[in-house]
Amino acid sequence: MATVPALDEPPAVTAPAPVVHRRKGVLGHWRLYAAISPFYLLFLCFGLIPVGFSLYLSFHRWDGLGSMEWAGLAQFRYLLGDTDFWSSIGNTLIIWALATIPMIVLAMVTAVMLNSAVRFKNVYRFAYFLPNVTSIVAVAIIFGSVFSTNFGLMNALLQAVGLDQVAWLNTPWGIKVAIATLMTWQWTGYNAIIFLAGLQTIPGDLYEAARIDGAGPVQTFVRVTLPLLRPTLLFVLVVSTVTGLQSFAEPQVLLQTTANESTFSGGPDHAGRTMVLYFFQQTFDNNDFGYGAAVAWGIFLVVVLFSIINWRLVQRRGED
Amino acid sequence: MASIKGYRGRGIALHAVLVAGLLLSAFPFYWAVVMSTHTSTEIFSYPPKLLPGSHFPENVRNLFDTVDFFGSMVNSLLVAVSVTALVLFFDSLAAFVFAKFAFPGKRVLFALLMLIFMVPMQLQAIPQFVIMAKLGWIGSMTSLIVPAAANAFGIFWMRQYMRSAVHDELIDASRLDGAGFLRQYWHVALPVVRPGLAFLGIFTFMGQWNDYAWPLIALTDPDNVTLQVALSQLNGTHGTTDYGMVMTGALLALVPLLIVFAIGARQIIGDLAKGAVRG
Repeated sequence: MATVPALDEPPAVTAPAPVVHRRKGVLGHWRLYAAISPFYLLFLCFGLIPVGFSLYLSFHRWDGLGSMEWAGLAQFRYLLGDTDFWSSIGNTLIIWALATIPMIVLAMVTAVMLNSAVRFKNVYRFAYFLPNVTSIVAVAIIFGSVFSTNFGLMNALLQAVGLDQVAWLNTPWGIKVAIATLMTWQWTGYNAIIFLAGLQTIPGDLYEAARIDGAGPVQTFVRVTLPLLRPTLLFVLVVSTVTGLQSFAEPQVLLQTTANESTFSGGPDHAGRTMVLYFFQQTFDNNDFGYGAAVAWGIFLVVVLFSIINWRLVQRRGED
Repeated sequence: MASIKGYRGRGIALHAVLVAGLLLSAFPFYWAVVMSTHTSTEIFSYPPKLLPGSHFPENVRNLFDTVDFFGSMVNSLLVAVSVTALVLFFDSLAAFVFAKFAFPGKRVLFALLMLIFMVPMQLQAIPQFVIMAKLGWIGSMTSLIVPAAANAFGIFWMRQYMRSAVHDELIDASRLDGAGFLRQYWHVALPVVRPGLAFLGIFTFMGQWNDYAWPLIALTDPDNVTLQVALSQLNGTHGTTDYGMVMTGALLALVPLLIVFAIGARQIIGDLAKGAVRG
């Protein structure tokens, strides 16, 4: 009664000499509880209590200093009609799509090529992974110079081929393209390596069989590779949804120099104001902790919903 | 003969595309080098400078005069090293327990652990800030180190590793020799999971080094910040004027990270990919 069998262990009938001290009660295991307690204590203080507290906060008005005031559902009612919040959802989704669709296509193509290239594979893997380990702040500063209106490389290129310059970080679409480019650059190589690992689990005889059946490279990719890569695709899609929809540092640093009000405002016309930027602006610029908490729950809901939609899309394709 | 030639031609085309991708990956780093070796006047001129210049020492001097670069780098190192050490110890200890022992409540506690993966940062940010302020930690590195000292990912990761790498017979043998729980952990389990620890250590260090959103809020004293926050301040105040200097800061901030990555690249790339495919 007092003991629970270890997870994933077969019934203990044939188990040789269990490591477990089976006759001890809860107190007899105090060493084990002590060993796992640091994480749970930290989680209680900085995870569970905060989440509970932010739920409580979202039903109140509070500037962080004075006394809290009960607000009922007022914060959430305001959130539903808050056009700024909705436009931040729109911005986030547009940037996410602009970054993720090319990223997944490029990553998959790169992975297939890496898989067939025999030599220098480790050199490629190292170089392709590099963008992902570098700090977003440094990278955003570098990309800021590439997309700068006055001295940026992009505009120099446009000028060199005789096209009009674009005020990248000052126009709604320019801002979104710049942020998305940064994200695509940072994540394509990482995802290519994930896809490569997925490709390497596909047995070689399947390709052999497809070749004998007379399938061309495209047909082989669509009929053999893609279906078997679906679990990996699912992983990549969910990770990029969760990280992409919570983008913060990219727009914040990139638009620092063109932001007019605060660094959380998302640049001219708030075109780069993502959901998380809006959360920071409401909370730490306006000191509106109650509404900030409501916005945080709104973001959580959007991320969960969008992850489920993506999951379903990839899964349903698998049933065809 | 012809088919061999065709094959070789395709191989060359393949590598040409892959090298192009490699250059795209590397280009921003090169661009940072170019910009950090030029003066602002050179940067603002047209056509743009495409090769490194000679003003790097000057930019470095300006950078060190403008921000406390070393101070913030020391702060970043302090945070990243302490968090990494704490995470390695606490996570591997908890993982050892979850991997190798049975005790009441294990299932529930482990399920709770998995649930914690899902909690987004924004939901914790406000209350965490309020709690830290009450504790008097706001503005100090403690506010970054303590909440990060143990995490669900590391426990999960090390548990997977220990389940296959640490054999029950070894633990039994050491117990018969009279080794207590801590000695089993330290002398039996830890030595065999070193590769797993290496991955977790590098991964944690890089994550902490690059962390930005929470330090930006928690470090309220602008003179006592981590490197990422200092860089962001620098870009905010001098990003439109002295670009060479700002870029020099970005470049120098990448150096410790690139060293750590170069040391652990093989481990981290291989393990991350394996983990993703398995999961």
